Amino acid sequence: MQKKSSTREAYGRTLVELGKNCPELVVLDADLSKSTKTSEFAGRFPDRFFDMGIAEQNMMGAAAGFALAGKIPCASTFAVFATGRAYDQVRTAIAYPGLNVKIVATHAGVSVGEDGASHQTVEDISLMRTLPNMTVIVPADALETAQAVTAAVEMQGPVYIRLGRPAFPDIFAEDYRFQIGRAALLRQGGDAVIFALGLMVSRALDAALLLAEEGTEAAVVNVSTVKPLDREMIIKMARKTGAVVTAEEHSIYGGLGSAVAEVLGENHPVPLERVGIRDRFGESGSPEQLLETCGLTAKHIAGAVRRVIERSGNP
Amino acid sequence: MSENQQLIKDLEEKARLIRGDIIKMLAEAGSGHPGGSLSSVEIVTALYFRVLRLQPDQPEWSDRDRFILSKGHAAPLLYAALAGRGFFPREELLTLRKLGTRLQGHPSRGMLPGVEASTGSLGQGLSMGLGIALAGKLDQRDYRVYVLLGDGESEEGQVWEAAMAAAHYRADNLTAVLDYNGLQIDGPIREVMSPLPLPEKWRSFGWAVREADGHDFRDLLDAFAWAAGVKDRPSMIVARTVKGKGVSFMENDAGWHGKAPNAQQAGQALDELGAGS
Ligand SMILES: Cc1ncc(C[n+]2csc(CCOP(=O)(O)OP(=O)(O)O)c2C)c(N)n1
Ligand SMILES: [Mg+2]
Repeated sequence: MQKKSSTREAYGRTLVELGKNCPELVVLDADLSKSTKTSEFAGRFPDRFFDMGIAEQNMMGAAAGFALAGKIPCASTFAVFATGRAYDQVRTAIAYPGLNVKIVATHAGVSVGEDGASHQTVEDISLMRTLPNMTVIVPADALETAQAVTAAVEMQGPVYIRLGRPAFPDIFAEDYRFQIGRAALLRQGGDAVIFALGLMVSRALDAALLLAEEGTEAAVVNVSTVKPLDREMIIKMARKTGAVVTAEEHSIYGGLGSAVAEVLGENHPVPLERVGIRDRFGESGSPEQLLETCGLTAKHIAGAVRRVIERSGNP
Repeated sequence: MSENQQLIKDLEEKARLIRGDIIKMLAEAGSGHPGGSLSSVEIVTALYFRVLRLQPDQPEWSDRDRFILSKGHAAPLLYAALAGRGFFPREELLTLRKLGTRLQGHPSRGMLPGVEASTGSLGQGLSMGLGIALAGKLDQRDYRVYVLLGDGESEEGQVWEAAMAAAHYRADNLTAVLDYNGLQIDGPIREVMSPLPLPEKWRSFGWAVREADGHDFRDLLDAFAWAAGVKDRPSMIVARTVKGKGVSFMENDAGWHGKAPNAQQAGQALDELGAGS
């Protein structure tokens, strides 16, 4: 059994660390601070924590105001409310002027589980990726989350960081260095390449192991920055393998699969299979059941790799 | 015993059984929201077993009164009341939150008979209720629309947009009930983000407002009768309640907002309620 760690707890701890040396850091939440773990920061720096209540649109507007006054606001709530409920505030008050607001949203995707569709956004990456000026990051484990939050606070401009509810399997060793806009090759392979993000990275690595047993070598790339996308890495790996699979806990419309398809279509068209949620809402169930039902397991990724190799004409 | 006393006794018995159902459903599901389900039990019981004009065998009957659970996390309560009125078999209650169920974690319109709207994203129910109420006027139908709001939910701006519009359009066939239990997730509403004073705010938005004891059927039935008589304005019943009402260790504790009881806690809760296990 792989060791798992909570990305939300990593976020809470990182906020506290950053708060010590960065007096401009302020944190906002919308009555979910125990779930998003901003409660850690609230306990340590109560003067710089603002619970805005169940009012996400106002929270995003106020975050814009903090940024206009020179602060570095981190605004957190569940991803569905951060991106859906407050979309126009994020768009016009934050992204349009390119304000220095960090939106760190938790509970994205169907792995929210039992709460059901109202709480499971599978369209947030799409909503955030289409906003000019917005940087979009989906960390693959707790270590990468801590580094991504730090990098987001250190850079200038609006950032969306997408976290999940369940603990994610640990992937990276301590010497890993996350860089915004840089995808990381986690496993070599010449037969196909799997571009994955978030919870699906560990599953892509599992899929590569399954495939290796059949003699198929699939490369695995962690595309934690969806925007700006590492186009060079995508084109390079597409050229090398001629067969591409994407894997994300998100709709196949507008997320990583779409982003990779855009790059391939304009630069190096090769067969592509997208593993993701196929034009449906989530539902209630355990996280693992829903990931299975939505086709988001290592088995499904391996199946997509077999199909894409078949289509590429060099099986 | 007078007829009225008998009615109140029957409703109290229904409320006790519904509380038992809520605990059993949540314990079986292993997740969900006991606090805000228990605080609204008398409000929803009064509506489903006395106030609402319904035909459970014809859930989409066009002249039915509508009830919208805007605070959608109290879904177990809605489901227990709907099953109690025969909208679907009671056995199905124990499928709450499980894969493939019609009893989604938050109410899902179209999946389960009797569910009027998809809620769970707070602050949206009153707007939908307003639309149904205004359509009823257009169609010259005499149904009434009831919407249950949380006090924490009242922090959402959309609630006040709906409040403004309902008064503007004189939606007197629309009644909102506010579950004023004083708690949201992060703590007491007055400490997290105070929406107070609530009765005064609703009055200043042009609503007819009455306060009630949200656990007293006599007071609630009086309030619903009053609301049905209000003309030219929407009506609001601010119902004072206790979050987690009826289960000693859940009462007034924000920690029980979104946590299911384990088997032992459920057993204790059911003993206290005299609702068997
Ligand atoms: C738009 C939105 N923001 C946040 C949440 C998460 N949430 C669910 S219940 C809740 C607290 C609700 O408090 P209140 O309305 O007082 O409900 P009650 O006390 O009656 O349970 C929150 C913040 C949500 N469901 N919808
Ligand atoms: Mg409340």
